[in-house]
This record gives sequence, C-alpha cells and structure tokens, in this order.
Amino acid sequence: MKPTNIQDPEYFHKVIDCQYACPAHTPVPEYIRLIANKKYTEAYMVNWESNVFPGVLGRTCDRPCEPACRRGRLEDEEPVAICRLKRVAADHKGEVKSLMPKIPEVKNGKKIALIGGGPASLTVARDLAPLGYEIHLFDEWHKGGGMMRTQIPSFRLPESVLDEEVNYITDMGIHTHYNHYVDSMKEILDADYDAVFVGTGAPKGRDLNLPGREEADANVHIGINFLASVAFEHRDKIGKNVIILGGGNTAMDCCRTARRLGGEKVSVVVRSPFQDMKASPWEIEDAQGEDVPILNNMPPKSFVVENGQLKGMWFGHVRAEYDENGKRHLIPTGEPDTFIEADDVIIAIGQDNAFPWIERDLGIEFGKWDVPVIDEVTFQSTLPKVFFGGDAAFGPENIITAAAHGHQAAISIHHFCQGIDVNARLAPKTNLVKQKMGIHEWMYDNMVVDDERFAVPYEDKVIALSDRKVEVELGFDTPTGFKEAQRCLNCDIQTVFSYDQCIECDACVDVCPTSCITFTTNGEEDDLRQRLTAPALNLDQDLYVSETLPTLRVMIKDEDVCLHCGLCAERCPTAAWDMQKYLYGVTKASKIL
Amino acid sequence: MSFVKPTFRHPTSTKNKAGFYKADYEGRISTLCAGCGHDSINASIVAACFEMNIEPHKVVKLSGIGCSSKAPAYYLNNSHGFNTVHGRMPSVATGANMANKDLIYLGVSGDGDSASIGIGQFVHVNRRNLNMVYIMMNNGCYGLTKGQDSATADIGSLSKGGSLNEFSPIDMVSLALEMGATFVARSFSGDKTQLVPLIKAAMAHPGFAFIDVISPCVTFNNNKGSTKAYDYVRDHIEVTSEFDFVPIKEEIAVDYPAGTQKSVTLHDGSQILLNKLNPDWNPTDRRSAMEKVQQARANGEILTGLLYIDAKTKDLHSMLETSDTPLNQLDAGVLCPGQSVLDEINTAHR
Repeated sequence: MKPTNIQDPEYFHKVIDCQYACPAHTPVPEYIRLIANKKYTEAYMVNWESNVFPGVLGRTCDRPCEPACRRGRLEDEEPVAICRLKRVAADHKGEVKSLMPKIPEVKNGKKIALIGGGPASLTVARDLAPLGYEIHLFDEWHKGGGMMRTQIPSFRLPESVLDEEVNYITDMGIHTHYNHYVDSMKEILDADYDAVFVGTGAPKGRDLNLPGREEADANVHIGINFLASVAFEHRDKIGKNVIILGGGNTAMDCCRTARRLGGEKVSVVVRSPFQDMKASPWEIEDAQGEDVPILNNMPPKSFVVENGQLKGMWFGHVRAEYDENGKRHLIPTGEPDTFIEADDVIIAIGQDNAFPWIERDLGIEFGKWDVPVIDEVTFQSTLPKVFFGGDAAFGPENIITAAAHGHQAAISIHHFCQGIDVNARLAPKTNLVKQKMGIHEWMYDNMVVDDERFAVPYEDKVIALSDRKVEVELGFDTPTGFKEAQRCLNCDIQTVFSYDQCIECDACVDVCPTSCITFTTNGEEDDLRQRLTAPALNLDQDLYVSETLPTLRVMIKDEDVCLHCGLCAERCPTAAWDMQKYLYGVTKASKIL
Repeated sequence: MSFVKPTFRHPTSTKNKAGFYKADYEGRISTLCAGCGHDSINASIVAACFEMNIEPHKVVKLSGIGCSSKAPAYYLNNSHGFNTVHGRMPSVATGANMANKDLIYLGVSGDGDSASIGIGQFVHVNRRNLNMVYIMMNNGCYGLTKGQDSATADIGSLSKGGSLNEFSPIDMVSLALEMGATFVARSFSGDKTQLVPLIKAAMAHPGFAFIDVISPCVTFNNNKGSTKAYDYVRDHIEVTSEFDFVPIKEEIAVDYPAGTQKSVTLHDGSQILLNKLNPDWNPTDRRSAMEKVQQARANGEILTGLLYIDAKTKDLHSMLETSDTPLNQLDAGVLCPGQSVLDEINTAHR
C-alpha cells in the first residue's frame, strides 16, 4: 500500500465517524468536549454554525451520527447519545444572540426569494443574510419552521424551542411573507429577484386507494395533514379506536398524537415485517411505551363502512421472503383475514414532492416522477437563477439533510449573484493542532470511561398523555450530560505518525489496548488486513500506512477501533506518535463564527 | 499521564484453550520509560503465556531489583509473584520450586541484578539445573540509577555522557553455557517473532532455561556508540536459525529446506523446529554452541536465537529424587513421619 496522505482533508475527517456521517458534518467531538467543560454556549454555537437548529435537532434529529459512532463498534457498547447531548447545549446555553453574525445595514443590492419557510430555506437565509442580501421568505402558514412546525408534535418539540431558533434567523432582517401561499413560480420570476430558492419540502402525503376509502373519507386522514391540523389547533379530538397505517416516523408521531387526542386503542399496522420499519428505533420504542401495539405483516385490504360510519378495516396476513438479490416478496400466509375496529384511520405511508405551483414552461426541467432536475452539488435547477433544497430537491429526507442542502445552495446562490462559477467550492476549513501540554499530558481528557449509555429521563406517562404540549423527554441534567459526554472517545484527536522519528521500539504496539498498530512488511491491502496484530475486517475503515521505516517495514494502523486514548503517544519515546486535534468545517457562504 | 489502561480490547479477541483472553495475562500500565525494551519483553511474555494456554494461576513470576525487576507488575496480573532482594531471585525461585514443582517459574532479572550483585546466585542456579525460565533483560547499564555502565557493557561502548567503557564485559550466555545451563538463548526485545517462540520453548523445557534479551535503555543507553542501542543491535544482529516452537498435539506447519532442518523433541512431546542458518553449528552440542558464540563475538556480531539445548536433561527434582507429589500437597504425617522413621534412618547409617 502507498503511504497514507494525511494532507487530504478527508482522511482524518473520515476517522471522526460521527462528523463524517452527519450530512452537515457538525464537529461532534468538539462540541461534546465543550459540554463536558460546561461551555454550553460555545457548544451551542459550534452546532449553530453547522446545523442551524441545535435545539430542534437535539430533540428530533434522525441521528445518522449515532449508528456511525465508534463506541458502538466496541464490545457490548452503545453509541454516545450525541443527539441528546446537543440538547444539553441548547438547554443550558447562555446568551447567544450577541455571538451571531452582524447583519450589514447597507445591503449588497441583490434580492433573494425563498419559497417555503422550513429548515432548508431558513439555512439559506442564515448563510446569506450576513453578506448583505435582501431576503424575502414566503410561507403559507403564519409562522416559519415548515415541517418542523407542522409535522413534529409539540410533545417532541416544544413550540418555544422552535420559535426561538426560527427567530434567530428571521431577526437577521429577513422579510417574512407569512400566510402567503405562492401559487405561481412565474409571478416570483417576474418580480425582481436575483435568485429564487425553493424549499417547499415534500408536502403531499400519500393516500391509499382501497375499497371503502371514499365512503370512509370523513374518518380517514392523511398523516402529515393530520399532524398539521393538530399543530394549528384545527383538530383536538379523535375517535377511541384508531388505526395508523405505515411504519415510518410520521406514523409514530401520528399514533402518539392520537393517544393524546382521545385515542384509547391506537394500533400501528404495517404490511411488512417489524424489522423493515423505516421509523427510527427510539421512536418505535417511544410509541410502544405509550401502549401502541405495532402489528406487522398485515397489508390493509378494505375499509368497512356501515350506515356512513367507519367501523374498521380488514387486513390480510403475509410473510416476507427475500430472493437472492435481497429483494423482498410478501407472500400471503393463507391465514384468515383480521378485522380491526376503528373510528378513525390515519394513513402515514409516505410523502412526495409536489410542485403544482411551478408552471412547466419556465425552463425548469422536470424529470422522472415529476420532480425537478437538480444538480447534486450546486442545487441549481435547469433555470440558472432557481435553486432547490431540502425535501423539495431529492425527496423526503430529514432536517439535518435540509440544513446541509441549504449551506450548499447558499454558496451557489452567492456565487451566482456575484458572477462566480456556481460550481466553485472553497476547500473545507481544517486545522490540526498538537494536544501536548507537557510530558504525557494532553489538552483533552484521554481516559476512556466504561460507563454505559445513560438514558434520558421521561415525563410521567399519565401527565405526558394528558396534554399534547407536554414534552415527553426531559433532557439530561448537567451532571448526567457530563457523564454521557465523557463516553465520547474524542475521535477528532488524531494519532499522527511521523515515520522519520520512529525508532521501531514497539512500545506503541505493546501498549495499544485494542491492538490497532502493527509493524510489518508492506503488501496489498487485502493481504495486509489479514496479517495485522488484529485482523482489520471492517472495510469501511481505513488503514493508516506510513512510509518505509529503516527496517524496511511500515507502520500500519487500523482506524477501526482505535480508542484515541493517546497511550501510543504516551509510550512513544521520540514523539513519533502525536495526538493532534483535527477540526474540519464545511466552508459556508459567509463566516458565521 | 495515564495511570490505567482502557478496558476495551479488540472485538475479535478470543479465548485460548485454557479459557482466557489475552487481556487476562496483562498487567498494569507500564511506568517504565516510554520506549523501554523491557516493555516489549513484557508483551512477549504475555503473548507466550496466552499462546501456551497456561492458566495464569499456574505461573510464578519472580524478580530481583532494578528496572527489569519491576517489570512483573506489567504482566500476568493474575499470577503469583515475588519481588526479592537484589540479586537473590534464584534463591527464592529455588525454594518455591522445591515446595511446589507443579508451577511454572518465570524469573526476570536485569544485567545489574544478574551480572553484578547476583552473579553468585546466577552461576549456582545454572549448575543446579532448576526448572525455571530465567530472562535477563540486558541493557548494559544501570537505568534505575541514571545509566552507569553495567557488567555486561561491552569494551569500547560509549555511555550517554560520552565516557568509554574499558572493563571487560561478562558474557552471560557464555557463562551459562559454562555453568551447565540446559537451555541457552539470546534474543532482542525488538524481535518478537523470535522472542515469543523462545519464551514458549523455554517454558516447555524441563530444566534451567536462560534467555539473555538485549533490551535497549532508551533513556540512558540508546546513544550513538552504545552497543546496546536499537540501531547498533539491528545492524549487528546475527541469528543462529529461524525458529519455531510447536506445542504437543499441534500440527507442524513450517517446512524448512531439507538439510538445514533440525527438530528437537522435548520431554512433553512438544517440538522445537530450527532452520539452521549456520551449517557448522549443532544446537544440541554444548561445545559447538560455545564455539559459535565465541566466533560471533570475535566477528563483532550479536548472535541471537536458540544457542544450546539439552532436551534429555534431569532437573533438580530428578537429581534430588524428590517426591512426585509437590511438597505443599503432602500432609504433615507424610512430611514429618515421626521418631520411628528417624530411628530407622539413623540405624541405617550406623
């Protein structure tokens, strides 16, 4: 293998598993250390720079970081509670507004329209406002926030938290046009905007056309519409027996909301196996914890309506079989169909983009499935001044992805307005800093604790179910937050190897608790992975290979289960190993911190 | 400075045949200087005991005084241990071995502990062929007292401060051969592929097994001009043979070229396989080994590997015809049979 090029900004970035997995590449270990040091305000700002909605995401994020967490690869270990630590920063921060960028009073003369007031548009606004853009935000509702307001129930995300983080942005001199549904893209284009950003999400919930659907219409609801009507207090009741169709996070929110609106016997019914459900495991657990059974392998067959009143639904029974390509087939088991009583049925089986308001003759090309053709890097449509982001760009994802899209779209819009190549991107901001404070003393807490993941405390169930506005999760208190933060392995503190200082004494090999380091003759990667001190079987994790040493061997470090404990560097007599903190930041349109 | 090692180990680590993880053979985190050769020897001991499927409580680790002799704290946390007075490790090992022959006795010592204050004990434990492994961590200096030349420092070797050693060194390997050791080897802390099988073979050997391990002192004796520095040893190392130790009931996996291969079968059926790199050397002939050692010394080479083995040896217990049952398992009645037996013995001598 060739020596590893640690100058490549992505090499050490990839070692920070959580940050690498995060769509917005939030520097997770950095803010977790700040939390451990009680610097909640600073931790919040590190988040805010990167993901714009720390308070919201600390409660609702899909957490792509946690399955990636290195700690989860250790024996009997669960990942660090990254998401809930973010909330600790948000809950305990001090004054932050003064730390946010100043908005120039003199504008730069360019006007931007943002259609939709959700996370993608708000991120674009946040990134562009400090540059002096005049920004107009349009949303059909009376407040900003988009799906964060309409689709996430208050018992998971209190309105005050959302208002606070939306207002940080709208207070940056954004011209908000609420209660304004844009029904014609042409009108927007005819106005004098220099660029238009579409962040309208995926607002169309899928329906299910089964026998009896029309007759039952009064008691059949589309999931996201149901959640929105509850959020805006258009609905405060539901029948005692409720069926939720679908196994995603929207279905989980629907069933838990139904429990709070009078639903006593609320069931989630999915047509496929339980383990194939799309909902996050923790959201499924929360639903089950509120006495919602999840019935699987039961495809819905028909609605039963008697005298104009919905009585329930019939379901078939299937089992899943997977062919050699892994494709799933649902095979009927032959068991008799099951009837489930229902006063109301909520259909939460997915949602789609919908652009009825964009005229098809404007030069914005639409492709397969009637979605716009968007560049994956610049988020530009085929009409150069129009950009898309969030769910509106490539279909339903999540808040953190919308924020990541927003950052990139903001750069594109800035470049477009300034006559710079839209494809141009500045390199990420990187910084590699020695952590040595003295002999064997590090600037980070290198001791690896054995604590198991701490559970977030919950509100009493009776109280929680009595009012949909009572937040269920209470968040870590600061002592527990500290202990959970200490579980972080500090993967951003990199083990940097200088081959020209190494005397090949083997001290690092001998001390490494997880047998990551090997000195051996070089070879092809497949061969090397087999003959290291411990076999390197996780192919997603790189091998760090040094230049050839005086004994004609090379140092090979398997990054897979390195604990970043710093013992290799402590036991190295020549400081050939050094612990260095790697900060990686995605370059934004404007300087935020 | 870290004072504990994290408890996590590589997720693929498995138990050995005795039912222990490698971590069960480890000790506390080392407080020796960073880069000390002794740590590599410690790691080799851990690896050897793990691979030999030895139950940790069947090992006694012994040592004297010095950097080497604090090393037992860093391996075999679950074994018995005795840190003796300076240079007196062989006496304690002898006493313990006499009382319980069922344990494996693993002594470590340094060049100061063995070649100076303890040399009297060293020569006698060789003579008596006590069944133990004696590892001498040899760095050519007194690391614990800031690096003065030890008795194994070579003539002409430069200390860190620049002074030249003019005293003739004691070659402990030659001394052991002369004194009747039945397993003599030399190795280098920086060469675990050689050291680990040597330690395994030494533990299987039923008599006194001496391994002189050159173990550079990074702090006081790793300078230019020192003959015990990492660079110097690597440049001057010469090996007697490629070496492999095959425990009983394991299939022999290595295959050396015909003519150079030699195998030595130990009393328990385990085998030592050698690929001789020196045709004129016979590892089972003491004189041949002594000549080879002298020859290498004259050439300025550091000869490593197995130097001599007498697989058919009789250890101290055999010579003394002690009881097959360890003394500590005999009850008082057997150990002290009373006046009538004494009278019988006395009568027999009249």
